[in-house]
Amino acid sequence: MASLIALTPCAGLLPLTIGAITVTEVVPQALTSVAPFKGHKKAVSEALKAKVGAGLPALNRRSGAVTWFGHGVWMVAGAVSVEGAAVTDQSDAWAVVEIKGAGVEDVLARLVPVDLRASVFKKGHVAKTMLAHLSVTVVRTGADSFEITTMRSMSKTLLHDLEVAMRGVAARG
Amino acid sequence: MRIDCPNCGERDRREFYYQGDAVVLNRPSEDAGAQAWDDYLHNRANPAGETRDLWFHEGGCRAWLVVERNTMTHAVHAATLAEKVKR
Ligand SMILES: [Zn+2]
Repeated sequence: MASLIALTPCAGLLPLTIGAITVTEVVPQALTSVAPFKGHKKAVSEALKAKVGAGLPALNRRSGAVTWFGHGVWMVAGAVSVEGAAVTDQSDAWAVVEIKGAGVEDVLARLVPVDLRASVFKKGHVAKTMLAHLSVTVVRTGADSFEITTMRSMSKTLLHDLEVAMRGVAARG
Repeated sequence: MRIDCPNCGERDRREFYYQGDAVVLNRPSEDAGAQAWDDYLHNRANPAGETRDLWFHEGGCRAWLVVERNTMTHAVHAATLAEKVKR
């Protein structure tokens, strides 16, 4: 039987450090989208709480392993199954990276048309938005770090855009 | 131009995809007759002024919105989730 080599979405491309900023790949064990059917949101939230320790967070928020992922859908880091929702295994569909370092907001400000400064975009806040031409999900994970998720097929484009912005910010000193 | 998405908040126009007149939400009944279906499928007003259009928050939460705006002043008055609009 053929032995296949599994590659992560950013294999061979990360880590990348320029100036004070470092990008590393985040490889979730599994990603499962959960879209509750009409009238089932509360029950789904309770079921998730029992299974992964966090229910469905509010719009534009992350709570533990559960992240709001757009209109009527949440993404769970982990393999789960719940009743009353459309549940889809999306584990290999997304490229996830962490970008971290002093002044990381300056890098993202060149690419993302949403105010990500700490005064308005706090830890656990989520933005479904664009990074250059890409649809992305941006989550603040710490005082100087963000998690960025994009479609797996776009991982190289994401890293190219980040790299150009990181070089630009580093060059300004 | 910025659109105030009910899910995401105020966002730049580039995050949205324009579909067209929100009249498509008002699908005629099967037996409404040829004229009603012709209007529904093909005939659109082209007003200079107030419009009511469907926009898709493609680079965001991916919700369909009904956006009321003015094509002469570029003012955006309201954005409502299409699923919440009375039909
Ligand atoms: Zn939105």
